[in-house]
Amino acid sequence: MSLPPLPESAINIGAFAADWRAAVALSGAALARSGAAKPLYAAEMIRMIEDHGPYVVIAPGLALAHARPGPQVITNGLSVVTLSEPVHFGHAHNDPVRVVLGLAISESGAHLAAVAAVANIFNDSSAIDQLAEATSAAEVQQIMGITP
Amino acid sequence: MKIVTICGAGIGSSGVLKVNAERALRALDLEATVVAADVSTVRVVAADAQIILTSQEFVEAIGKTNADVIVIVNLFDTSELKHKLGHALG
Repeated sequence: MSLPPLPESAINIGAFAADWRAAVALSGAALARSGAAKPLYAAEMIRMIEDHGPYVVIAPGLALAHARPGPQVITNGLSVVTLSEPVHFGHAHNDPVRVVLGLAISESGAHLAAVAAVANIFNDSSAIDQLAEATSAAEVQQIMGITP
Repeated sequence: MKIVTICGAGIGSSGVLKVNAERALRALDLEATVVAADVSTVRVVAADAQIILTSQEFVEAIGKTNADVIVIVNLFDTSELKHKLGHALG
């Protein structure tokens, strides 16, 4: 199973976000930097949460920000933003968020292997803490199982 | 048996739920087809499902259904999934 690409340009360590919208915008900006998505993809990710609520906070401290495949997605990609100060998304159990994963998927149907690869990483329950405390992009890549 | 996982886009959290539900089912030695879908298609996709796995946010939108709707809090917590699936199927 292959993880979507997570280049150094898509990793932002110890970033400050004033609120959840800013945190999701940072994850979208990271996807735009790496070339996985266009800048407006961030607005789509924010709209998903406005429409459906904070369900993207899928585990304590971890948000999986994403929107649907569409014209704002260029290619499959992942971004990781770790927050210097945890942010509340309004989730009843899993707030506050310290790590925002951004996910861009270009084609629905072909995404499950990629999502499964992400799921495998976080079935190790220490992975979220490790990511939150990572001090370099290389360390994040290592936790995510990417060999340089 | 059919289990449907539901989220907003049908790719992210429902995909994670699908993967982890399959893991939990294997651990419970149960067999089921698990399908990930977005909430706008739930009536069609879940028409013949026994169980719908989802997050609290989608319970209202899923509305009336013959399937058991199970809310999962931590999508990576296999013991939560095993416990809730085992209870529903037990």
